Amino acid sequence: MARRSIAIYGKGGIGKSTTTQNTVAALAEMGKKIMVVGCDPKADSTRLLLGGLIQKTVLDTLRDEGDEVALEDVMRNGYGGTKCTESGGPEPGVGCAGRGIITSINLLEQLGAYEEDLDYVFYDVLGDVVCGGFAMPIREGKAQEIYIVCSGEMMAMYAANNISKGVVKFAQAGGVRLGGIICNSRKVDNEREMIEEFARLLGTQMIHFVPRNNDVQRAEINRKTVIEWNPIAEQADEYRALARAIDGNKKFVIPTPLPMDDLEKLLIDFGLVDGVPPGTEVAV
Amino acid sequence: MSRDPRDVKEELIQIYPKKLRQKRSEQIVVTEHREDGSVPEIKANVRSSPGIITQRGCTYAGCKGVVIGPSRDILSIVHGPIGCSFYAWLTRRNQTRPHTLEDQNFINYCLSTDMQEENIVFGGEKKLKAAVKEAFELFHPKAIAIFSTCPVGLIGDDVHAVAREMKAELGINVFGFSCEGYRGVSQSAGHHIASNGVFKNVVGLNDTPHDDKFKVNMLGEYNIGGDGFVLEDLLKRCGIKQISTFSGNSTYETMANAHTADLNLVMCHRSINYVAEMMEKRFGIPWMKVNFIGADASVKSLRRIADYFEDADLKARVEEVIAEEMAVVEATQSVVKARCQGKTAMLFVGGSRAHHYQMLFSDIGMKTIAAGYEFGHRDDYEGRKVLPGLKVDADSKNIEELDVVPDPERYRARRTPEEIAKLEAMTENEFRGYVGMMPQMDDDVLVIDDLSHHETEKLLEIYKPDIFCAGIKEKFGVQKMGIPCKQLHSYDYGGPYAGFVGAVNFYKDIDRMVNMKIWSFVTPPWQSKATQQDVVAAD
Repeated sequence: MARRSIAIYGKGGIGKSTTTQNTVAALAEMGKKIMVVGCDPKADSTRLLLGGLIQKTVLDTLRDEGDEVALEDVMRNGYGGTKCTESGGPEPGVGCAGRGIITSINLLEQLGAYEEDLDYVFYDVLGDVVCGGFAMPIREGKAQEIYIVCSGEMMAMYAANNISKGVVKFAQAGGVRLGGIICNSRKVDNEREMIEEFARLLGTQMIHFVPRNNDVQRAEINRKTVIEWNPIAEQADEYRALARAIDGNKKFVIPTPLPMDDLEKLLIDFGLVDGVPPGTEVAV
Repeated sequence: MSRDPRDVKEELIQIYPKKLRQKRSEQIVVTEHREDGSVPEIKANVRSSPGIITQRGCTYAGCKGVVIGPSRDILSIVHGPIGCSFYAWLTRRNQTRPHTLEDQNFINYCLSTDMQEENIVFGGEKKLKAAVKEAFELFHPKAIAIFSTCPVGLIGDDVHAVAREMKAELGINVFGFSCEGYRGVSQSAGHHIASNGVFKNVVGLNDTPHDDKFKVNMLGEYNIGGDGFVLEDLLKRCGIKQISTFSGNSTYETMANAHTADLNLVMCHRSINYVAEMMEKRFGIPWMKVNFIGADASVKSLRRIADYFEDADLKARVEEVIAEEMAVVEATQSVVKARCQGKTAMLFVGGSRAHHYQMLFSDIGMKTIAAGYEFGHRDDYEGRKVLPGLKVDADSKNIEELDVVPDPERYRARRTPEEIAKLEAMTENEFRGYVGMMPQMDDDVLVIDDLSHHETEKLLEIYKPDIFCAGIKEKFGVQKMGIPCKQLHSYDYGGPYAGFVGAVNFYKDIDRMVNMKIWSFVTPPWQSKATQQDVVAAD
C-alpha cells in the first residue's frame, strides 16, 4: 500500500494534537508504520506518544549543529514504534515560525525521514493557517489528505470553514483533498447532527464523532494516549473507530466552503442562537 | 522629429492592455504653458505596473544608498541577507575626503548582518546586537546607523529597540531605519525615511557656534563623482561658510551642527525637501531651491544666495567669482556649442537630475526632446504649488510624518515674514519653493513618469536622439541600439559635473559622446546578418 500523508488542521485549542496522537496510537496498534511531524512552534505534538516533550526540535538542532544534522538527532521512537519529530520554532513574537516549518520539512526530506516502508505520515499543524509556512504540509504534494478537527462551537466551525478555503486553493493547484471532519465534542446541543450537516454542506463527511471524556485528560496528565494509558477504556475504542474510519476512508473531496450567512443560518437552524430546538414549529 | 508628440504618446502606449494604457496615458504628458500659468497634470509617485520593466529602485536603496551612505563617519550596518549589501558598497560613486589620514572614514566598508535562514526563523535581533557590538569594537564610530531590508519587516525584528539598547550600552549614537525595500512605490520612500531619521537622531546635537557671516547648508548634494567638492570650493571662494552637506562628503558632527546655519540650499528637492521644511519649523532656518548643474544655473543660484544675505561685499565677491569662472566656461562652451548645437537629448533619471541636466544641455545648444523622473512626485514636475491638492496615497501613508515644533532654545527666525515675502518675489518662487521641471521646459515635449522599457525602445526608434541619459540598467540596451547613453546616477567614470568646473567637464564628455562616429557603425545584434545566419543555422 502506498504511503498516506495526512495533515490535521483545526482551530487552536480544539484538540488536534490529542486527537492526532490517540489516532496514531490506534493505527500503530493495528500494525501500521507511522511518522508524526509536529508543525507547532510549541513542539508538543508528540508528547503523548513519547511520554514527554522531545529533547530537541529540528530547528533547534539545525541552529546548533549547522550542516551536521543527522536524522537520529531529530527523530525519536514513540509508542508502538511510531517515529516522532517536532519542527519547533521561535518563541512567540519573534522571527518567522512559518518559515521554520518550511525549513524543517525540507530538512527532514533531505535526511531521508520519509522512509519507503512508512504507511502513514501525520502532520499536526498549529491553529489557523496564518501564512504560507503553515500551509507547507499541504503544498507541493506533501500531505494528500486533510482532516479538520472541529466542534459545534461557532468559532471552531468558522475556523474549519476558513481552512476549507485554504484546501480549495491548494487542491486546485495540487492533489490535496479533504478527507473529513473529526468532531471532537464539546457537548454543544445537537452537536452531532449539526456537524454532520456542516460536513455535508462542505461536500465532505463527519468521519467520526469523538465524545467528550475525562479519561483523555487523565491520560494526558500521565503523558500518554488513552490507548496506552488504559487500553480497555471506552474512549480508547472511540479512537480505534476513528483510526479504522481513516484507514478505510475512500471519500476525498475538494470542499465547498460556506458563505458566512449560510454558516450562521446553520447555527440558527440547529437552535444554537435562539434556543429553539430543531423541528419546532415557530409561530409567524 | 517633426512628429506630433501627442501621436507619439499614443504609439508608445497602444500595445498595453486597456487598464495599463489608461494609467500610462496619465503618466505621459505633453508640455504646455497655459494662460493661467499652469502646466498639465501628471500622474507620478504611483506603483509601477508589473511587467513594464521599471527603472526604479527600492526603499532601502533610497535610504541607505542615496541619503545616508555618502556620510563618511556614520557607520552603516545593513540588517539583512548579504545580497542587499551590494547597494551598501560605493555603487553610486559618492566620494568623500577626510581632512586628515587619522579621520574616521567608513565609506569603503560594507557591513552586513548576513542573515541566514535560522535568523529568519528565530529572529535576527541577537545577531544584529552582536554586529553592532563587533562594529563598535573594531571601529569606535561616533554613530551607527542600522538599515532594515525586506525580511526584517516580515519577521518583525525591532531595529529601533536594538538601537536604543545599544545606544545606552555603548554610549554612542545608534539609530535604526525601517526602510524595508517594499515599503514605498520607489526609492523615494527611502529618502523620506532617511530624512526623518537624520532629523530626529542627528540634527541639533552639536551647538558649536561659528563666527562666519554667511552660513549655509547644502541639502540634497551627494557628491557623486566629486560634485560636492566643486561646490564646497565655489562657496568658499565666495566667502560663504558651508556648515554641512546632506550628505556628500559630510561627517556626523557637521550634520549634528547644521542648525547653526542661516540658510538651507536645496539641490535635490525630491530627496531632501523634508529636512529643509523640518529645519525651518524647528530652528527658523529658511530654505532656497538652488541648481548648480549648468553654468547659467550656477550663476543664478550664486546671485540668489548673495541676495538672501543682502551684503554688498558678498555680492561683489560672488560677481568676481562668476566672472573668473565664466571666462573659463565660455572658452570651452563656445567650442563645444559649435559642434553640438541642435543635437537632441533625452533624460530619464532621478527626482531632480532629469530637470537640472537640461540646463547643461541648453548651455551647449542641445535640446531636450523628452524627459521624466524615475521616482519624482507631482511637485517635482509641476512645482510645489500643487502640494496642497496632492492626494496622499496608501504607500506614502506608511511613512511617518514627524510632528515638528519650534525648539524652545534653538529656534531663531532668520528672516521676518516681510523679508521672506520679498525674497519669494525676487526668486521667481524658488525661495521656500520649487517651480518644478515642466514650467522650465519648452512646449510640445514629452514628459514621462516611470518610463518603461518598451517606451524607451519606442522613443529611441521614433526620435533617434543624439544622447540618452539614464542609469546602469538602461545603459547597454540603449547603446546596442546605436545611441550613446550617459549615466546620470554614477556619471559612468566621469564627473564632477556640478558648478562651473563641472559644466566644462560635462560639455567635453557630451561633445565626445554625441560626436563620436562609432555609434553610427553599431548594428544591433538582432539586425546583423551574421547573427541571423547563426539563428537559422541553430534552427
